[in-house]
Amino acid sequence: MVPEIIANKTQLWTVILGLGIGTYLLRFSFLGLIGNRALPPMAQRMLRYTPMAVIPGLVAPAIAWPTATGGEADPARLLAALVTVAVGIGSRNTLAAMLAGVVTLAAGLWLQA
Amino acid sequence: MHPDTPADPSFASTGAIFRRGLLASLPFTVMILPFGALFGVLATAQGMSVAEAMAFSIVVIAGASQFAALQLMQEGAPIALIILTATAVNLRMAMYSVALTPHLGQAKLWQRALIAYFLVDQSYVLGAAEYARQPLWGLSEKLAWYFGVISPVCGLWYVATWAGATFGRALPAGLPLDFIVPVSFLAMVSPLLRTWAHRAAAAVSVGGTLALWWMPYSSGLLVAALAAMIVGALVEIHEEKRRGA
Repeated sequence: MVPEIIANKTQLWTVILGLGIGTYLLRFSFLGLIGNRALPPMAQRMLRYTPMAVIPGLVAPAIAWPTATGGEADPARLLAALVTVAVGIGSRNTLAAMLAGVVTLAAGLWLQA
Repeated sequence: MHPDTPADPSFASTGAIFRRGLLASLPFTVMILPFGALFGVLATAQGMSVAEAMAFSIVVIAGASQFAALQLMQEGAPIALIILTATAVNLRMAMYSVALTPHLGQAKLWQRALIAYFLVDQSYVLGAAEYARQPLWGLSEKLAWYFGVISPVCGLWYVATWAGATFGRALPAGLPLDFIVPVSFLAMVSPLLRTWAHRAAAAVSVGGTLALWWMPYSSGLLVAALAAMIVGALVEIHEEKRRGA
């Protein structure tokens, strides 16, 4: 099933251009406009944590109540998430973590079927 | 270049520096290829055309935020929230912009416009590190290094997206593609959970988003993210004090 935002081309291009322009302005900000001025130390520290602040929250609902199962918590998906994080922390290797997660997910879904 | 002379800047030509930058960025392409291809596969699996998937990678050119946008589109979030949240993933780019300004801020405006477009994690990491090591470099050497680094990184991002979008249709139907994005994200962030500040930020992000799920249009995520950034920064300050004491 194609999500509505992707099926509707105006909406899709609004997302692409909106995200593109917003990201470009962040990149251009100091280099292009603000110049050689220091950011307050607290702001610098906060910016350092943006990926860690947004991404875990973004995936948490998809793990806790996945849309694919109609919002039911799914043991295979939960286990795959745990294995991915454990391997990621242990190996510090993104590709290893991802491979472990995908294999666990495939095995779990196969066992459930 | 002689292998055991650590590139003396007074002797290296900009061409040699460009090629050295190219080589230095090659290890990073190990990550670029699979994630670019994965973005192409997932974008077309969700109904985008090859051209639309490519537009994403060319206009936005920031992997994590592209995956974030995909995830939120799949969940049917409102457009404004998709743009805000996915852009928030890229707030760190402003920090990169600050960090590179002392080195590249004197370049011509069109050059800075181009530098900004190619400002990604890899160009910041490799740029900042090498500029610190080469205090004698002038602007032209720094520019040569920068464009050497970004050529394979960004070029392969486009190529990998195209390949994934074009050949992804060959994948068998019924794959649990809905969960590939969460697994990729977890694989990206879990190696970063080295410090207590990162762990605290991640915990607040997860706990906050789940607790605030009742807020309209999943806007709780943005509130939780802001709280997580503050907590990460505060824990970092606390850690520094403890280590300093």
